[in-house]
Amino acid sequence: MKSKVWKTILASTLLLAGVQPAGAADPIKLGSFLAVTGPASFLGDPELKTLQMLVEEINAKGGVKGRKIELVHYDTGGKAQDAVGFVKRLIRNDQVDILVGGTTSGDTLAVIPEVEKAGIPLVSLAGAIEIVEPVKEWVFKTAHTDRMAAAKIFEDLRKLGLTKVALIGGDGGFDKSGHEQLLKLAPDYGISIIADESYGNKDTDMTAQLTKIRASDAQAVINFGFGQAPAIVTKNMKQLGIDLPLYQSHGVASKTFIELAGEAAEGVRLPAAALVVAEQLPDTDPQKPVLLDYKKRFEAKYGPVSTFGGHAYDGLMIVVAAIERAGGPDKAKVRDEIEKTHGFIGTAGVFNMGPEDHMGLNLDAFKMVEIRGGAWKIVN
Amino acid sequence: MPEQLLQFLATGVTVGSIYALVGLGFALIYNASDVVNFAQGEFVMLGAMTTVALLGAGLPLVLAAVVATLLTALVGLLLERFAIEPAAGASVVSTIIITIGAAIFLRGGVLLLWGKGFHALPPFTGDTPIRLGGATLLPQSLWVLGVTALLVALVHAFFNRTLLGKALLACSFNRNAAQLVGINVRVMLRLAYALSAALGALAGILVAPITFTSYEAGVMLGLKGFSAAIVGGIGNPMGAVAGGLLLGVLESLGAGLISSGYKDAIAFLFVLMVLFFEPTGLFGHKTAERV
Repeated sequence: MKSKVWKTILASTLLLAGVQPAGAADPIKLGSFLAVTGPASFLGDPELKTLQMLVEEINAKGGVKGRKIELVHYDTGGKAQDAVGFVKRLIRNDQVDILVGGTTSGDTLAVIPEVEKAGIPLVSLAGAIEIVEPVKEWVFKTAHTDRMAAAKIFEDLRKLGLTKVALIGGDGGFDKSGHEQLLKLAPDYGISIIADESYGNKDTDMTAQLTKIRASDAQAVINFGFGQAPAIVTKNMKQLGIDLPLYQSHGVASKTFIELAGEAAEGVRLPAAALVVAEQLPDTDPQKPVLLDYKKRFEAKYGPVSTFGGHAYDGLMIVVAAIERAGGPDKAKVRDEIEKTHGFIGTAGVFNMGPEDHMGLNLDAFKMVEIRGGAWKIVN
Repeated sequence: MPEQLLQFLATGVTVGSIYALVGLGFALIYNASDVVNFAQGEFVMLGAMTTVALLGAGLPLVLAAVVATLLTALVGLLLERFAIEPAAGASVVSTIIITIGAAIFLRGGVLLLWGKGFHALPPFTGDTPIRLGGATLLPQSLWVLGVTALLVALVHAFFNRTLLGKALLACSFNRNAAQLVGINVRVMLRLAYALSAALGALAGILVAPITFTSYEAGVMLGLKGFSAAIVGGIGNPMGAVAGGLLLGVLESLGAGLISSGYKDAIAFLFVLMVLFFEPTGLFGHKTAERV
């Protein structure tokens, strides 16, 4: 017993002293902090599964530059405070080379000061535009922003010649941030917001708010939110006989929304990542093979794919490509190489980053889709 | 404007009847043991989620609903037997805390078993809205209203007309005296939890086509149902219905006429006012402190 203790102490001392040779076979350490449980778990869960699947595949093929990847992961539960603690631990104790994560904007924004101070590349999977605007030296992101979603919706409205719009949204972070972007962008597209209603995300009936919208002379309704509430809004509109075009956000781009809203979902439009309509893309679309390949691999292992897992795919593959170009996991070199990401075809779109753009996606990354016959159809 | 007002009222009644139906479930356990069962919302969720699962397994809706109600009743019974009964003699507050624990346990169990997704049940009689003047109502809302009325009558009759119901009430008035006159308090309590769970499950199945369901659905429904029950006077089935409808109409008028952002604040302010001026609820029994 006693000798065992001594051996442990000796071993750890050696380890601490760095006696272990730092050979080429050392794994590259990838740190991640995702909201696998908690309210954002439907985002974090597929993200972690994607990372695990990809790391396993990459390692089976011999790793990156002959070195295996070791994934060190902590579950933040969607709590920003915990995210900060875990990121400190990843940087100081686990001494990871690169960070991928921050499922939610709250988690990501909270850890940015720590990341910038430590000087370690971070690729976030969260939505808020504030993550990369203004540009931060070490921070990148792969998920679409809510501003892009708002712009895509307004673009479609302009095409249809509709200018008077009613907004209805929930009280969650995603809803409010989307709401803010809609208000901010509306003047640029010549759109006036003539009704602005809200609901609680756990409410069971929104007919009161929609009745007010019915009485206004709105030409279209935009409902920016996720979860079950947008499905209730959709059903309530049908119940009240409101025959206006209804736009939802990319937050409901999942099969569940169609199942919940049922027939009422017919004709609903929303900006969605190409992943949900991968099969419908023309064969000339460079994204198509990437999307179908990721979808096939994920579904073979875990079941239905989600766009959120796709953000993790993009994040990890951008990092892996950058490490390859940099010749190893040197933090500063990898950072420079991530920034030089150009023409990378991911699930969210084609990434063209630069010193002024740490996301690298443009509006084409979103497809405007309509629900027809219980399925997504690309609009023009 | 009158057309709008009519719709606000219709909305209020729809939402209110859901609260009322959930609130009703609190009465049984409260009447038997003075305990507010905070797992009542989870019974509601459990009924709906079990029905969804059974439907998925290929059972017809009616059969799935019946089996789900029975299964939830069994869960209620087991909860009483293995969580409440071992703590017999504990204070009411301790028992209430046990029910909060049970609620968390049930949520976790459902999460592990059926995942985090949202589910809908098909409406019983179609989705075509019914027009009432300028307002529209879903057929499912009528189902909720009708069954609520029926259950209120049944619960009322149970407590006032049947020996079993009176025995149950006796347990809460004075446990020792009830035991002395030959009432098996233990069996009565098990019965109360089983019936209460069944009532909750029924409520869950009825409202699921409107509100959808998920492992967390019981939290909000339980809270609103509890508010309805205390506004009306907890333990009084009629009170729960009146409280639920009042709350629903207030919320919808608040959202429609004042601001949708403040509708919950308006409803909860009303609950606070009621508790302030009528601590036993609008229709509660005025009880003197028992020594």
